[in-house]
Amino acid sequence: MEGFADALLLRAGYNAALVGVGAALLGFAAGASGSFMFLRKRALVSDAVAHATLPGVGLAFIAMVMLGGDGRWLPGLLAGSALSAWVGLLVVEWITRRTRLPEDTAIGAVLSVFFGIGIVLLTVIQSMSSGRQAGLEDFLLGATAGMLYQDAVVIAAGGTLAVLATWILRRPMTLVAFDAEYAAASGYDVRRIDLAMMGLVLAVTVIGLKIVGLILIVAMLIIPPVTARFWTDRSDRLIWVAGASGGLAGYFGAAISASAPALPTGPIIVLVAAALFIVSLFLAPVRGVLAALLRHRRFQHRVHLRQGLLALARGDRILEPYTIRVLQAEGLARADGVATEAGRARAARIARDERRWAVAREVHQDSGLTGRYDGLTPIEQVFTPDEIAEFDRRLGGPTPVGGA
Amino acid sequence: MGAEFVQFSLTPILIGVLASIACALPGNFLVLRRQALIGDAISHVVLPGIVVAFLLTASVAALPMLIGAAGAAIVAVILIEAIKRLGRIEPGAAMGVTFTTLFAGGVLLLEQTDTSSVHIDVEHALMGNLETLIWFRADGWGSLLDPVALASLPPELPRMAVTAAILTVLTLVFWRWLKISTFDEGFARTLGLPVGAIGLGLVIAAAVAAVAAFDAVGSIIVIAMFICPPAAARLMTNRLEHQVLWSVGFATLSAVLGYVLAGYGPLWLGGSNAVSAAGMIAAVSGLILGLACLFAPHRARVGVGREDAG
Amino acid sequence: MQGAQASEPRLVLTSDASASPAAIPASAPLAIRGLTVSYGERPAVFSVDATFPEEAMTAIIGPNGAGKSTLLKAALGVIPRLSGDIRVFGDPVDLARDRIAYVPQRASVDWDFPTTVMDVVLMGLYRRVGLLGRMTGAHRAKAQDCLDRVGMAEFADRQIGQLSGGQQQRVFLARALAQDAELYLLDEPFAGVDAATERAIIDVLKALKAQRKAVIAVHHDLATVRAYFDHVFLINVRSIAEGPVETAFTAETLHATYGGKLAATHLDQLSLTGV
Repeated sequence: MEGFADALLLRAGYNAALVGVGAALLGFAAGASGSFMFLRKRALVSDAVAHATLPGVGLAFIAMVMLGGDGRWLPGLLAGSALSAWVGLLVVEWITRRTRLPEDTAIGAVLSVFFGIGIVLLTVIQSMSSGRQAGLEDFLLGATAGMLYQDAVVIAAGGTLAVLATWILRRPMTLVAFDAEYAAASGYDVRRIDLAMMGLVLAVTVIGLKIVGLILIVAMLIIPPVTARFWTDRSDRLIWVAGASGGLAGYFGAAISASAPALPTGPIIVLVAAALFIVSLFLAPVRGVLAALLRHRRFQHRVHLRQGLLALARGDRILEPYTIRVLQAEGLARADGVATEAGRARAARIARDERRWAVAREVHQDSGLTGRYDGLTPIEQVFTPDEIAEFDRRLGGPTPVGGA
Repeated sequence: MGAEFVQFSLTPILIGVLASIACALPGNFLVLRRQALIGDAISHVVLPGIVVAFLLTASVAALPMLIGAAGAAIVAVILIEAIKRLGRIEPGAAMGVTFTTLFAGGVLLLEQTDTSSVHIDVEHALMGNLETLIWFRADGWGSLLDPVALASLPPELPRMAVTAAILTVLTLVFWRWLKISTFDEGFARTLGLPVGAIGLGLVIAAAVAAVAAFDAVGSIIVIAMFICPPAAARLMTNRLEHQVLWSVGFATLSAVLGYVLAGYGPLWLGGSNAVSAAGMIAAVSGLILGLACLFAPHRARVGVGREDAG
Repeated sequence: MQGAQASEPRLVLTSDASASPAAIPASAPLAIRGLTVSYGERPAVFSVDATFPEEAMTAIIGPNGAGKSTLLKAALGVIPRLSGDIRVFGDPVDLARDRIAYVPQRASVDWDFPTTVMDVVLMGLYRRVGLLGRMTGAHRAKAQDCLDRVGMAEFADRQIGQLSGGQQQRVFLARALAQDAELYLLDEPFAGVDAATERAIIDVLKALKAQRKAVIAVHHDLATVRAYFDHVFLINVRSIAEGPVETAFTAETLHATYGGKLAATHLDQLSLTGV
């Protein structure tokens, strides 16, 4: 616990502090840039991007060794991974545009084939004399243990740059994510903005490779935006909420991981992000499952109550058991569906409402207000008391209930 | 090419072919239903499944591993469906959330337990061990008729054969249901077909294929075979019946060619070590898809109806 | 309009009908009681009662978003309903599936699907043939005959994506014909089709009526209602009016259905009286 507090307060050593700050920045950038993909309904493009980095890592290693250098030089590996991920993206785009195959098929094809090629290259590297200790497996699952100072610097600097780029590009990207056709009509080059979005995702992926690994960086691009979706309906806010939740996950995840030996950073960060998601899924005030469930129950109750009263007002037999149960629970009908005193009174009011609506729809034929006649909107919400008094005048005397 | 081939190459090739076919069959429908990536999701959650199975049984026997993987796949499918419906989240994002979280859980569990002595590790789950599934007791084609030698076949072969057979039978039996509920779900409902159950059944069948295949060939082949052969086949024909046959053909070709290239390719190029067969099979399937995208007769989106239907 | 005379004719509202709607005639091809469907918190269809007559062609009419297609799909169980009782020839829908044929909206399926025109029509026979029953030459001949009836005989081997919109609609109709049903439900069959297709479809539907089948179609071209249909059901979230075209398709009922959305000039073209 003490180790966790130390890590949280950046007291666990210079490298750990750098990793913590870097993971927070990276989480923020991943959440924010992932939001654009999520809003474009292309969340899994980031999956293809991440898997497509692997052949680049392998090729860069081989190339650097052949040129006589150290194959493990991080900036070189990252450059290689960025290049092959970019090729993967272009292939996804090319397949979707040029053939009849849908985007999800293109994504799946690219991610599996690129990953397969990457694995082939890794086995080639393992058979090279300098490849035995290449440590490239870290790129699959990430590793912060034994992270070098310069690696931590790359991550912190890269995270900062990605956050900046997100900030600068936020307006055009939000516009395209929200309504691509409108953006095109307003003179934005949608294809280039799309590519910029993917470029940002790619940058985040490449920076994150070393810390969380290529499979789990996908989680950082997808989970925070989905989490944020439960808290806001506005796309501009979604980006910052997603960024914040990604940043939190990165920071806390790195701190937890630094506090004990057998806690790998990547999975811990992802699980913190997933915990935030689960809390949001159930407890978010409007879109959360609990809130939606309660709302649906209330709505269903309202519909059946109203329909039951309408049936009572007309003197119809009620066919549905649930309607009878609702009326019974409110003390408006007996178990056999016959109205009680209170039920008859409520039904009379509903019947009056219906008759008022009938007059209103005659009188206001051209006003468009009558579109609100959906059965659940009380007439008082649509018309003023004066207008309703006018409807009543036209209706004449009260009609007895039950006959129609 | 006689005895040595039977001993060292015949069984891995057969297992690769059977695994590829078992995945490609349900893959056809997943691709047409825009659910291609469910295969990706399933193959990622296999890892937490086998880790949990190991923790519970403390053994690396095949059966608990398979049950664990299948259980994880079904849990993942249910979670994806729940997140989609409860949270009103689009399918791609729901998949992404589910499989990455479960995968992270699997990696964490793996690090927490001492599994270094046993052979479950991430690389094995990814790449499989196709190259090691050799037939020790075989000494030539005659061994195919020798009961003693047959008894020593790697157990992955009969397991994969049964899986491929089950999937073939299921595809044939439920052909009409699968076809109509994929093409026109609303109409299928008016016929009174259990559309929801058909969709779930398809995904579970895919999960069974994936789980049976991953142990032998690794999850890369699984993802690639779910998608690449069916996608290439779609570009070859405009009839579902022919598409499925093409996909089986492409899956077989990828497995055979991929295995041969992985084993002998480096030798031809002057290298000394074979490369990952699983990776090479995935790469060959990608090559076939690439060629189909460039040259297949029905590669382009055509038709008047499409534009004015939009 | 506020100052309109109180002596204006009152609408014949279905909810005011003196006959108790709870009594469902067993012979009605489709009877709906208290149907409510909602997308989220807003009812798309609220407490709708409707009884569709035998041996007639009925148009379901209403403005965009009035719940026409929703009504049809909920009645068939394609989408879930919040409440309501549906009877087809007096039976619950699930017991009457063999007697129903449904023509969905053209945009509702994937036209890039790898299948031929003949295959799609044969789908109409799936329920009869079953999961494993053999498709015989007789079945193919029947499907071919259905294609002939919609004028698509020579397109049997064409991939469905290569058809025009009107041709696709005719293939859907041929599939419904292959079902040999007694009740035909069509969702916007004339939407976005060419004149020749419209002609072909209406001829087929009239032939069905002549064979004493019931036809119910979601329809939105008010100009052709009188020429094509003999019965109407007007809906705008709630049921507004139903009855024979002569009495139920009037300026009053249309105003009540469409409110201000229907321009007066449009009504003039329909040569309706009574405004």
